[in-house]
Amino acid sequence: MGFFLETVFGGLMAGMLYALVALGFVLIFKASGVFNFAQGAMVLFAALAMARFAEWFPRWLGFDSAVLANLLAFVAAALCMVVVAWLVERLALRRLVNQEGITLLMATLGIANVLDSAGQLLFGSATYKIDIGMPKDPMIVLDKVFDGGLLLSKEDMFAAVLAAALVTTLTLFFQKTATGRALRAVADDHQAAQSIGIPLARIWVIVWSIGGFVALVAGVIWGSKLGVQYSISLVALKAFPVVILGGLTSVPGAILGGLIIGVGEKVSEIYLGPYLGGGIENWFAYVLALAVLLVRPQGLFGDRIIDRV
Amino acid sequence: MFYRENGQFKTSYRADLALFPVAQDRWAMLALAAVAFVAVPLLASDYSFRAIFIPFLILSLAAIGLNILVGYCGQISLGTGAFMAVGAYAAYNLQVRIDGMPLLLALIGGGLCAMVFGVLFGIPSLRIRGLYLAVATLAAQFFVDWFTNRVKWVTNDSSSGSVSVRALQMFGFEFSTPTQKYLLVLTLVVIFGLLARNLVRGAIGREWMAMRDMDVAAAVIGIRPVYAKLTAFAVSSFIVGVAGALWGFVHLGAWEPSAFGIDKSLQLLFMIIIGGLGSIAGSFFGAAFVVLLPLFLNYVPHWLGLAISTATASHLEHMIFGALIVFFLIVEPHGLARLWATGRQKLRLWPFPH
Amino acid sequence: MNARAMDLPPQAAPQGDDAPPPARRIGESILEVKNISLAFGGVKALSDISFDVREHEVRAIIGPNGAGKSSMLNCINGVYTPQQGSITFRGQTFRHMNSRQVAEMGVARTFQNLALFKGMSVLDNIMSGRNLKMKSGLLAQALRWGPAEREELAHREFVERIIDFLEIQAWRKTPVGRLPYGLQKRVDLGRALAMEPQVLLLDEPMAGMNVEEKQDMCRFVLDVNDEFGTTIVLIEHDMGVVMDISDRVVVLDYGRKIGDGTPDEVRADPEVIRAYLGTTH
Repeated sequence: MGFFLETVFGGLMAGMLYALVALGFVLIFKASGVFNFAQGAMVLFAALAMARFAEWFPRWLGFDSAVLANLLAFVAAALCMVVVAWLVERLALRRLVNQEGITLLMATLGIANVLDSAGQLLFGSATYKIDIGMPKDPMIVLDKVFDGGLLLSKEDMFAAVLAAALVTTLTLFFQKTATGRALRAVADDHQAAQSIGIPLARIWVIVWSIGGFVALVAGVIWGSKLGVQYSISLVALKAFPVVILGGLTSVPGAILGGLIIGVGEKVSEIYLGPYLGGGIENWFAYVLALAVLLVRPQGLFGDRIIDRV
Repeated sequence: MFYRENGQFKTSYRADLALFPVAQDRWAMLALAAVAFVAVPLLASDYSFRAIFIPFLILSLAAIGLNILVGYCGQISLGTGAFMAVGAYAAYNLQVRIDGMPLLLALIGGGLCAMVFGVLFGIPSLRIRGLYLAVATLAAQFFVDWFTNRVKWVTNDSSSGSVSVRALQMFGFEFSTPTQKYLLVLTLVVIFGLLARNLVRGAIGREWMAMRDMDVAAAVIGIRPVYAKLTAFAVSSFIVGVAGALWGFVHLGAWEPSAFGIDKSLQLLFMIIIGGLGSIAGSFFGAAFVVLLPLFLNYVPHWLGLAISTATASHLEHMIFGALIVFFLIVEPHGLARLWATGRQKLRLWPFPH
Repeated sequence: MNARAMDLPPQAAPQGDDAPPPARRIGESILEVKNISLAFGGVKALSDISFDVREHEVRAIIGPNGAGKSSMLNCINGVYTPQQGSITFRGQTFRHMNSRQVAEMGVARTFQNLALFKGMSVLDNIMSGRNLKMKSGLLAQALRWGPAEREELAHREFVERIIDFLEIQAWRKTPVGRLPYGLQKRVDLGRALAMEPQVLLLDEPMAGMNVEEKQDMCRFVLDVNDEFGTTIVLIEHDMGVVMDISDRVVVLDYGRKIGDGTPDEVRADPEVIRAYLGTTH
């Protein structure tokens, strides 16, 4: 039983991180109607920026403090993501207003290619470390209740708390502020939003910057856990089933979806995996999402598409 | 002036329904066929067969299959690599486990297995639409990735996980030289291309396009959505499966599961978007673009006399490829096929201004 | 909104006076809706609607916007499922219509917002209406051999006759998305006619047209009714058209039926006048 709880807990933690990446997707989709295949590349780019700036700033500016280095690197990386957002809007999105979904999807794939390679060209393609001082040692709790207690990762908990904080802030932003309302209008209909005077260009830069910021936080957390390397961009592939499980347009859906998939993956790997030869993590999330979609074709909380004839 | 339909009157519907109603088109197609079947084998080098023509033809076939599903029927699929894998592994197993299996039957068998698989994974499309379906098809992709990696039976218990095919034999004739392989692939692609063209021009093609454009209205005029969608998946996966078998047998010779991963799926999707959705010719254009561009980009630094490391060159290549995709989508979202059609429109008037 | 205010040419008396009396032409009840109620969430689109349509007649459904007219047609076509009520077609009663079944039974439809297949040409759009009758299998179509080719040609001929009838020959290969609105409406009608329907449901076929185009459309509708005996159910806002060509009229308002009878009866009904027609002041 103790082991089961550990697995579930680990799953919840992982799920929180998936939810974070998924959140980037949902935000960008809600506000620009674009399914951003480049989110993974953005995570990689942001993580690379963070890792390298943390290395370079002490060297360039001649100081020693790791905390200061990390802080400056974070700010610099965030600025980079804003620049990326601005470039994406200026060069690509602006000219693709009101194109079909699949065209926009393909465009983001192209952007993903560019970001992946540009990131590696600018920042290097080796594996880099991010160290923001997250505790690496495990934590033992409830050792009175369970034999030996439950083994939990402090790092994972830290990350989960961070992710939860960010998710809450963004949810409030979207639901409560005027900008949030404007963003939701834009997601519905580009041209209509333009016609009532919503500054599309500025909105898109804001949204993609937020998406970039989310990618940065996700990149820092994942990078701190796994090291910054190309495979981080594949984290986004895990976020897809989370997004569609929760519903493309729902922020709470992304969170719930992340938790469900996180737990589902871990539990299935431990308990189902041995029967199927292991390694089912790769597709379990997708099959789970598919199963849910068969029952609710728009995800748990997505908007139903109603056709009027 | 030279390309016009003036004076070409059709006196029967049969003539109007012909594959190439405009006489100039017929001449152009015959010339193309002559070049493809006669000139290229005589003039092209072995390297160009292996690096350009054979991959181009096989990927065109896969692109035609995907175009039927995405371009004509409007069901977005990101799992094409999986269908290619099923075709390839099925054909492999047929060849390895049944003595004396002719190549053609193995290929068709691969296609049929892919078709069954395709219909199975097409069933969700009856409930799920749009982007949700796109991501759901990734389930097929990753499942097959895992299946071909883990289930030893599929790879005939190969210890390394990779499989290789014996010589390509059919009715006693062996396809060993690149030229022979090229002609084999060319013949198959032409046959399948014609069959596909007939399908999309006929009743089922109209049903597919009706589902794509407006499925509610389609149901009202009596089109069965289930039949239309599942036949689209079936035909598409069959063609993609055969292409996958060809890819493994003829182009690669020996392969691992990663040869049919998500990169391949995305590559095929690029091809049909760049080439033009809903166009058989567009599938060819797109495949040419995706096959030739990286080769071209590889040579550019060489020509310009720049010395850059292979890693940097590879990154630059990816960047330029990605940037070109975006550029293309901005300039002509309907793909090369639309550019081609516009060009032909202008050709109708040339050299007159209007 | 007074019929006399419409600037139509001095009309011949309604169809019934000149032509042989309607009683000879119009048959028994062919389509009956009974107690249909339809709601979307909290919005009641239709409340307890009942009326019938007789064979060979031209039945108009009128009413203000949002009265539920299109929803009614959608229920008949199987696009919406009413919560209550039933639909009887040629003696067979259904609680819920299946779109394909309805099409096979011979009910065709045009749409208020056109629902044409924008990516296809005019010819292909109208040919898609023949799909119901095409029997060739997939392989036969791929090979285009014998029977498949002959079937395609036969249906092509039928469709060409419809194209001639609607006078859209010049645009048969044009992608439908490029045509002006009036021509698109004709293609919509052509596609419905291609199904060789017994009952034709027309949803505002004359919306957005000028006087000439309306006359053309009226002529098409009446010709179809005359030549093929097709029963017409027509949603229309133009009162002049309705009074002219229809045999009987149903009036809907906020999902309820407030009038049912001949054009003259309905025109004089005070509740209809209050709700929809308006009075001169």
